[in-house]
Amino acid sequence: MPHRDKKECVMVFSRFERFWHWSQAALIITMMITGFEVNGAYEWLGYEQAAHAHRFAAWFLIGLWVFVIFWHAITGEWKQYIPTRRGIMAVVQYYTTGILDASVPHPYKKTRMAKHNPLQRLAYLAFNVLISPVIWISGLLYMFYNEWVQTGLDGPVTLGDVALVHTAAAFAMLIFFVGHVYLAAFAGKPFYAYLKAMLTGYDLLYVDPRDPPDPNRRAPNRCG
Amino acid sequence: MTGGVYRSRFRSGPRRARRRIAMAAGLTLACAIGLVTPTATRAGVATNSTADHTTFEELEGPFADGPSVTAACLHCHTNAAKQLHQTTHWTWRYDNARTGQTALGKQNVVNNFCISVQSNWPRCTSCHIGYGWEDASFDHASETAVDCLVCHDTTGAYTKPATTAGHPDPSLDLAEVARNVGPTSRANCGACHFNGGGEDGVKHGDLDTSLIDPDFALDVHMDADGLNFQCATCHTTGGHEVTGSRYAPTAIDRLGIDVPGHTDDTRATCESCHGLTPHESNSKLNDHTDRVACQTCHIPAFARGERMTKVRWDWSTAGRMNSDGKPYHEEGSHGYTTYTSKKGDFVWGADVTPTYHWFNGIIRYTKPGDTIDPADVVVINAVEGSADDPDSRIWPFKVMHSRQPYDAGQSVLALPHVFGQDDSAFWTNFDWPKALQAGMATQGIPFSGAYDFVETQTYWPLAHMVAPKDDALSCNECHAKRGRLADLTGFYMPGRDTFPWLTMAGWSLAGFTLLGTIVHGLVRIVATARARVRGG
Repeated sequence: MPHRDKKECVMVFSRFERFWHWSQAALIITMMITGFEVNGAYEWLGYEQAAHAHRFAAWFLIGLWVFVIFWHAITGEWKQYIPTRRGIMAVVQYYTTGILDASVPHPYKKTRMAKHNPLQRLAYLAFNVLISPVIWISGLLYMFYNEWVQTGLDGPVTLGDVALVHTAAAFAMLIFFVGHVYLAAFAGKPFYAYLKAMLTGYDLLYVDPRDPPDPNRRAPNRCG
Repeated sequence: MTGGVYRSRFRSGPRRARRRIAMAAGLTLACAIGLVTPTATRAGVATNSTADHTTFEELEGPFADGPSVTAACLHCHTNAAKQLHQTTHWTWRYDNARTGQTALGKQNVVNNFCISVQSNWPRCTSCHIGYGWEDASFDHASETAVDCLVCHDTTGAYTKPATTAGHPDPSLDLAEVARNVGPTSRANCGACHFNGGGEDGVKHGDLDTSLIDPDFALDVHMDADGLNFQCATCHTTGGHEVTGSRYAPTAIDRLGIDVPGHTDDTRATCESCHGLTPHESNSKLNDHTDRVACQTCHIPAFARGERMTKVRWDWSTAGRMNSDGKPYHEEGSHGYTTYTSKKGDFVWGADVTPTYHWFNGIIRYTKPGDTIDPADVVVINAVEGSADDPDSRIWPFKVMHSRQPYDAGQSVLALPHVFGQDDSAFWTNFDWPKALQAGMATQGIPFSGAYDFVETQTYWPLAHMVAPKDDALSCNECHAKRGRLADLTGFYMPGRDTFPWLTMAGWSLAGFTLLGTIVHGLVRIVATARARVRGG
């Protein structure tokens, strides 16, 4: 166990990650707004415009994901999402009671190569390997419904089945979104702390001596 | 199928009103002299004939009657009558191999306009391509009984009075007409097909005299100043057999674009020229062509021309007399007849939204003598098809709603004798039992003596009055909860269908999550404030 007591202001979200995060956020919000209109929740753009924008955003998001998967694979950042049970209860306890007391620190000591707490890891892993794949696969099947004839899929699976799975995954995405926005934008100390990190890229993290030193680190008093 | 509701809105505005009044006046005149008038104005058909008929000795005349003209025609066109004898235009009889129903055709089926042909021959056969079909004994083998002129007249002068079994107006100079024959135009076909049901525009909804000289907005193909298609441009002919059928329509033409060696010898489907992937700039639209007929989006409404079409006919009110004991008629503000003692009440529509139905090309008729359920709406020509049938597409229809007599003693549709100067004709003596007795006897279905009225529908697939593409339906017309296809079941349509339980569960869970975060946030705010107070 490396000793983690020294904090340093380091670049925790690189320019690429921030670009990825915020463009993904914009695209997912667009897709939720248009998707739930297609699903009949409200009438705003009308079906035609909503469905068109939904497809358009989908292709952008697919393109983005191709880059992001590549980036994670090359940089080894995918390891950030390996789930762990160690310390997870402490985090849960922090968010239920500890957070109410300003003097209680977050039990998880972030480092640059382990920047997500166990709860985050679990949530993001669910996002990455559960919600997203289901939504992508069902969405692409939905989009290419007319080509099913050539795949032999036509018959055992109906468009209704695909729409059901896609809609269910969309609701899961919405629930993730609500929870994520609250925890990430309002649950820091101060409440905007995490949000600021995702905007500037810098955060005060514990130093893991095994990590290479960050050449761009700033003085702690100039962090953000 | 259940009783559909037609949505119609009536046109207003001075331009249309003026034209309509003019049209109505003209029609009244036409009715008064009892003529089926093709038209005086004609959009010309290009002809590149190698023969100048005006120079033919055979056509110098004078001709005493129609058959004499035909005899002259047959002098050179030796096989023409034999060819025509094979056509539905001549036989008014159709055997449908797909349903196994035989002896269909105009002379046999029941309809929900004037109902039945066989006891009313001379009136109905004014639209037969022959001379003298006055009763069941008409000789269908007669070659000179074929009427060449009604289809090939180019002068516009040739008219067949409405009640003379297809014989032309005796005052006509038949030789002049005969010397000016040419290719068949919209006006020739329209003389009957635009006036079906007894008056201009009554029957089809997508066919009326506004198609004689239509503009681009009314029909992109027949546009007189543009493509100027004639009927036969699509309803191609071979040996006088005109392609395209009301009894066995092609609901989907997978042959696609017809080229020599790869053709069904007809262009009477959209696909014959446009194929099944006609949308170049929007491939999503091409994804629809396997399940949605071209007409569904490209004919956004019927009766889009100058004429209204009849959408309801109630025979049950026929026979009322005015205070003088005489038959009378009433007109609506639109200038169209809304009641006549002879026929009952009418409802007319313009720019009517079609009724949509899955359709695989199979139409099953309720034939004379078939048992009906008088408690329900009788669909006289039921169109078949479903979402599960890959040969079905969603088609637009004009649904004609009527209330017509049926034989209550044996639950069959009644066949009234309406036309004639005899004692039993309804339009002469207004006596239902007599009219039904006489009419049904002609088709061998004895009238039980008891009659009542039953709701009926006929389905008319729409294929004409094709709108410019900018006027085609947008996605939102159907992909909506209460869109045009709200009543079509059996398939999932995005924008229309949802899973209510999933919607409920999804929004509830998302709502609870949001509520949880709000409560959590509030508790934090309160805790912080209290700590500050305590600390302060």
